[in-house]
Amino acid sequence: MALARKLLRVNLTQGTCVVEPVNQDWVKQYLGQRGLATKYLASEIDPKVDALSPENKLIYTVGPLTGTMAATGGRFSVVTKGPLTNAIACGNSGGYFGNELRSAGWDMVIFEGKSAKPVYLFIENEKAQLLPAEDFWGKSVWDTEGGIKKKHQDPQIRVSCIGRAGESQVLFAGIVNDLHRAAGRSGVGAVMGSKNLKAVAVRGTQGMSDIADPKAFMAAVKAGKKVLADNPVTGQGLPKFGTQVLMNVINEMGASPTRNHQDVEFAGARKISGEAMHEKRETDGKTHLVTNQACFGCTIACGRISRIDETHFSVKTKPEYWGASGGLEYEAAWAFGNANGVDDLEALQYCNLLCNEEGMDPISLGATVGAVMELYELGIISKEEIGFEAPFGSAEALCKLAELTARGEGFGKLLGQGSKRLCTKYGRPDLSMTVKGQEFPAYDGRALQGMGLAYATSNRGACHLRGYMVSPEVLGIPVKMDPKATEGKPEMLKAFQDATAVVDSTGLCVFTTFAWNLGDIQPQIQAACEGDWSMETLLATGERIWNLEREFNLAAGITGKDDTLPPRLLNEPCKTGPQAGMVAQIDKMLPIYYELRGWNTDGVPTTETRARLGL
Amino acid sequence: MQITFKLFASLSDYLPDEARRTNSLSLDVDDDCTVEAVINSWALPPRMVHLVLVNGEFVPPEKRAERRLNPQDALAIWPPIAGG
Repeated sequence: MALARKLLRVNLTQGTCVVEPVNQDWVKQYLGQRGLATKYLASEIDPKVDALSPENKLIYTVGPLTGTMAATGGRFSVVTKGPLTNAIACGNSGGYFGNELRSAGWDMVIFEGKSAKPVYLFIENEKAQLLPAEDFWGKSVWDTEGGIKKKHQDPQIRVSCIGRAGESQVLFAGIVNDLHRAAGRSGVGAVMGSKNLKAVAVRGTQGMSDIADPKAFMAAVKAGKKVLADNPVTGQGLPKFGTQVLMNVINEMGASPTRNHQDVEFAGARKISGEAMHEKRETDGKTHLVTNQACFGCTIACGRISRIDETHFSVKTKPEYWGASGGLEYEAAWAFGNANGVDDLEALQYCNLLCNEEGMDPISLGATVGAVMELYELGIISKEEIGFEAPFGSAEALCKLAELTARGEGFGKLLGQGSKRLCTKYGRPDLSMTVKGQEFPAYDGRALQGMGLAYATSNRGACHLRGYMVSPEVLGIPVKMDPKATEGKPEMLKAFQDATAVVDSTGLCVFTTFAWNLGDIQPQIQAACEGDWSMETLLATGERIWNLEREFNLAAGITGKDDTLPPRLLNEPCKTGPQAGMVAQIDKMLPIYYELRGWNTDGVPTTETRARLGL
Repeated sequence: MQITFKLFASLSDYLPDEARRTNSLSLDVDDDCTVEAVINSWALPPRMVHLVLVNGEFVPPEKRAERRLNPQDALAIWPPIAGG
């Protein structure tokens, strides 16, 4: 198996670091990363545990291809029970941290308990120790990363850490590595903060070993890289325009949730699009976009590096934000832009920088601001409560609300609880655009029927990365499907969910699947790992992972009744555009989906399904 | 008749300079003009013509020769793209 076969168990209560062998029987069933860590979590904690209590665990994990020559093989995941959703949480990140952890010789780090004082874990190959982090507590992600590198006199250390949002347990706090890559969703950073764990810092110099068949592996990797290079999406489109190329097409299709999902078209979309990031600004003659950037081993390089306009109101007195830095990616641009009716590109990037700096999920932050703005316009939240006026379209209000949330000040404390809790507090839970407590990303579930089903059934709450039905419904990958139709969607979604669970367990980036199918990935896994990793085995592994996550959620108290969408998406049709009149038709698709999954009518895996999957 | 013609992503390069900041321009076309006729008149490379939307509705390749445009229609075209 192309894994180191050892994990580090860190008991924060006792301050101990213990080496353990990785359960190889579980590796055969769950592969690595998302699958394997979920198996460990589900086996070691009571799913009903309070996500922010010491009884929850937090697992850093890599896949068998992390750190290898495989294209995009630098991914790692953080798996825990999420405080935003009370469901399984799995944040996946790129950058250069995952390969460093792998190169240090670790497959997994399991954090348990809670430290009495702030600490960080420092790993130097096989040596691991907990060190005091009082000097870094209260500091941002950016200051913490720089501070740890300076303290150890080693700029090549890779750091994954929380900012002040994680410390103050903002429920959508993320964990940031390499300054602007993040395990972003479901509040994994709040769990880290609840344990008084500030950072994981790694220096790994052992490289890779244990590739089962190096010659076959390199041949498979070379073939895979050629597919990525020759594909117009991964070879040209993503490097040039990044994910932000979606802004205009989703809007043209009338599938862009706008002003807290009141509308599905945003007139300002063009001004905040990937195309706009390439244009010279009138203020300084510079383009917003500076360059693209790749994570470890990536031959796509979709990442955006931008420079904010120094004269913009948000930063004109804050030179610390003037340098080139990460963003904007599509989801963040949408969440700060369309969801709030704000078409000020620089304001969106400022909020994105705050998320990178203090460790917050921009999707949940932006979408929660959208709920605040609707409640404000309805007169349910007053100017006095917020501290200023907050109508839709106000870039100033957006920036102030992001600042307050990042700092945990004033109204930001409430905003940091996420849309569901905030809207419930004001007696309007129906205005929370969430599933299982997590905010929607940038596609409307009424306009894209398959995405509606994907949101309703996602194991980590509303999410686009558990089954990206935008691919067939918009992009024509692997085939073009009618976004309005419900026929065929449950079948396609199940295939996407299972395949994505596999990809997330390999150490590869899911963006490879715009060009690759599992047939391109399978030879790389088979050559790298011992044992049988045929297509059949991989597909069964994906289905097993999906069902394991489902069972964790069921045991946590989440039921089939939670496989739904907010009433707005079920009852209020799209007002304009090509999808006008559409509502999300979950009721047509969910029974078919359950049957395909081998679940009963309550959404519970049957005895036969459990036996078939070896659960 | 007038239609709105939009080119995005790498296809933006085929627009005149004055239209690039909006990705769109107003186009005067024949009354019975088809989607394919507009695409051909702009000499867009076939492999770059991937997503073709008329008023936001996808027009599959096999329908582009017969799909006639109406006044004020918006014809928008993208090369192969993805994101997320």
